[in-house]
Amino acid sequence: MSAARGGPAMRLGGLVRKEFLQIVRDPSSIAIAFLMPIFLLVLFGYGVSLDADHVPIATVADAPSQDSADLFAALHGSHYFDARPMPSMAAAEQALLAGEVRGIVRLRSDFSRRLRQADGAAIQVIVDGVDANTARLVEGYVQGAWSVWLAAQAADAGQTLQMPVDLQPRIWFNSELRSRNYLVPGLVAIIMTLIGALLTALVMAREWERGTMEALMVTPASMSEVLLGKLAAYFVLGTGGMLLTVGLAVGLFAVPLRGSFWVLWGCSSLFLLAALGMGLTISTLARSQFVAGQVAIIATFLPAFLLSGFIFDIGSMPPVVQAITHAIVARYFVAIVQTLFLAGNVWSVIVPNALALALMAALFLGITWRKSRKRLD
Amino acid sequence: MLQRILALIHKEFLALLKDPKSRIVLIVPPLIQLLVFGYAATFDLKQVPYAVYNEDRGLAARELLAHFDGSPSFHRIATLRSEGQVASLVDARRAMVVIHIGPTFSADLQLGRPAPVQVIIDGRNSNTAMIALNDVRSIINRFNDAQIEAGGLRGPPARLHMRAWFNPNLESRWFFIPGIIGMLTLVVTMLVTALTVAREREQGTFDQLLVTPLRPGEILVGKCVPGLVIGIVQATVILLVATLWFEVPFLGSLAAFYAGLCLFLLSAVGIGLLVSALSATQQQGLLGAFLFMVPAVILSGFATPIANMPRAVQLFTYLDPLRYFLVILRKTFLEGAGFAILADQFWPMALISLATMLAASWLFRHRMY
Repeated sequence: MSAARGGPAMRLGGLVRKEFLQIVRDPSSIAIAFLMPIFLLVLFGYGVSLDADHVPIATVADAPSQDSADLFAALHGSHYFDARPMPSMAAAEQALLAGEVRGIVRLRSDFSRRLRQADGAAIQVIVDGVDANTARLVEGYVQGAWSVWLAAQAADAGQTLQMPVDLQPRIWFNSELRSRNYLVPGLVAIIMTLIGALLTALVMAREWERGTMEALMVTPASMSEVLLGKLAAYFVLGTGGMLLTVGLAVGLFAVPLRGSFWVLWGCSSLFLLAALGMGLTISTLARSQFVAGQVAIIATFLPAFLLSGFIFDIGSMPPVVQAITHAIVARYFVAIVQTLFLAGNVWSVIVPNALALALMAALFLGITWRKSRKRLD
Repeated sequence: MLQRILALIHKEFLALLKDPKSRIVLIVPPLIQLLVFGYAATFDLKQVPYAVYNEDRGLAARELLAHFDGSPSFHRIATLRSEGQVASLVDARRAMVVIHIGPTFSADLQLGRPAPVQVIIDGRNSNTAMIALNDVRSIINRFNDAQIEAGGLRGPPARLHMRAWFNPNLESRWFFIPGIIGMLTLVVTMLVTALTVAREREQGTFDQLLVTPLRPGEILVGKCVPGLVIGIVQATVILLVATLWFEVPFLGSLAAFYAGLCLFLLSAVGIGLLVSALSATQQQGLLGAFLFMVPAVILSGFATPIANMPRAVQLFTYLDPLRYFLVILRKTFLEGAGFAILADQFWPMALISLATMLAASWLFRHRMY
């Protein structure tokens, strides 16, 4: 018994217990691990969507006729649009400027006449291009309604409309193109990046600032044990948060988990080690909580949000920026979760990304370990 | 009184800028992030990796594929020999799009029968998939138009003539770069404000500050000014980079831009100080900063439009100052807006800053540990 009392296992147990006591004393860590994931995932899971429907558009017919009514009915029939008839082009332009409608579909007074001529009539479509992505969607939806109308026109005339090449799209993994199916797994990665870094960003700096690091130094515990104690405590908390977010993604948002849960567990653990390691590195290098907090704000959220492939396609970025994204931990995990959730156990995606995560974890923990020697400056 | 406040402001700047690490954090990362994010934040697809599985030996199939090879949106990475190769290529994310042309394609075209082209798209990122599909569709539409013209066939009775206002080429960078100004300014003000009071609380110097003749309102002013000054300087630098380096047009009123910026900064500083005044430790301050900043960015309409959100979440966004500032940014940059159009965006920010500042200065005195 007495031999075990001073043993490394006992010491480590004591250090982990100390961390847990500190966590319980300042409930903000518990809040970070459990409340923040629920709050953020629920808010974003419901709030973040790229699927536009009921987009308000103005319809203007300079000379209303049966033809224009038929065409507008096709727009009305699409749930993508909320078509609002306007008396004149001037009124429609005013509504577009005020942001009340996202686009205008206008038929000039010669529409009916030119419809029956060889070179055909023109349908004028104006979209608000400020939000280019929504503008593209609106253009696509108008095209869809237009082809429905063309087919109906041809059917009325007793013909079948045919285009020389018939495009047959097949969307794999997410056939209805539900944006939530890819945003929610990505959010799991973003939220866990924040949590991992937030949990640990201040812990080492706090010990230095309060002088308790010096107190720890005079104990027999080695620096690696101190670090391991911190890592173990926050790893347990972080795993709890992770299970919670994955559970919500599957249970609440009905995102299919097509891969293996255990592979997800393993990759998440690697990712958590890397994220916690990043927090510990920030904390160790900054030495003051204030600077560590500032670095955590700057270095975690926006890079993970914009450079991880969560929302913007990495392949379309310039090569230099693509190279920079390799330094973002979340990038590897976003690739893994999007594949695991929607496609399944695709080893050619999982293995390289998991290796990268392991490498990042080793790198960050190695830096922390090297930089926190028992030494007073 | 003025002298007292000036002395406090001086002290606050020293506290922020004395530590060289802190100084670097305030200046270097925002600039790097602006450049990196400016290039990263775009929905325009370039060089989408695609593979071709062509079973047809005819000329028409080769002609159609030439359209894809010539487009800057697509980049061919593989030419497949069998159907079995498709799955592994798409699964591994090596190809986002696979174009499959059947053996009778050219013959069908020749005979005037509809010639099917199957296009497989990786839907893991549904937005990218939708954009890629649109790009495919427009190439095929162009090919169809050429076929109709060459064959002397009758075209459709009406065609769409599409035009985009404010951003004729629909460059999504024009949409995102003004947004980045708002986002980075928010982050920097949170950096400057969210931890200040908490740090003084933790170190005990806040109690000392409270027993000086300075009144809570004066402390508030002293704590606000650094955030405002740093925010204005930073936003100006970003504005210059956005217009000169990224060449985003700025058409609106500069005065309206700066009025919006000041109101936005006041509300962000107010929220930062409120978070800080509520926190007993810097750990809590950091948590509060994130709990505000992350939803503020994601629900602001920066990347995903507010109109797509459910009603209840939309109501939430009215509390977000970034929501209003983003509208001001985009309207002043691209639509040439002035004060009159933007009035609805100004007053909610003024209200948010007033409420948060009052609450923060009340908490300075009444929350003691």
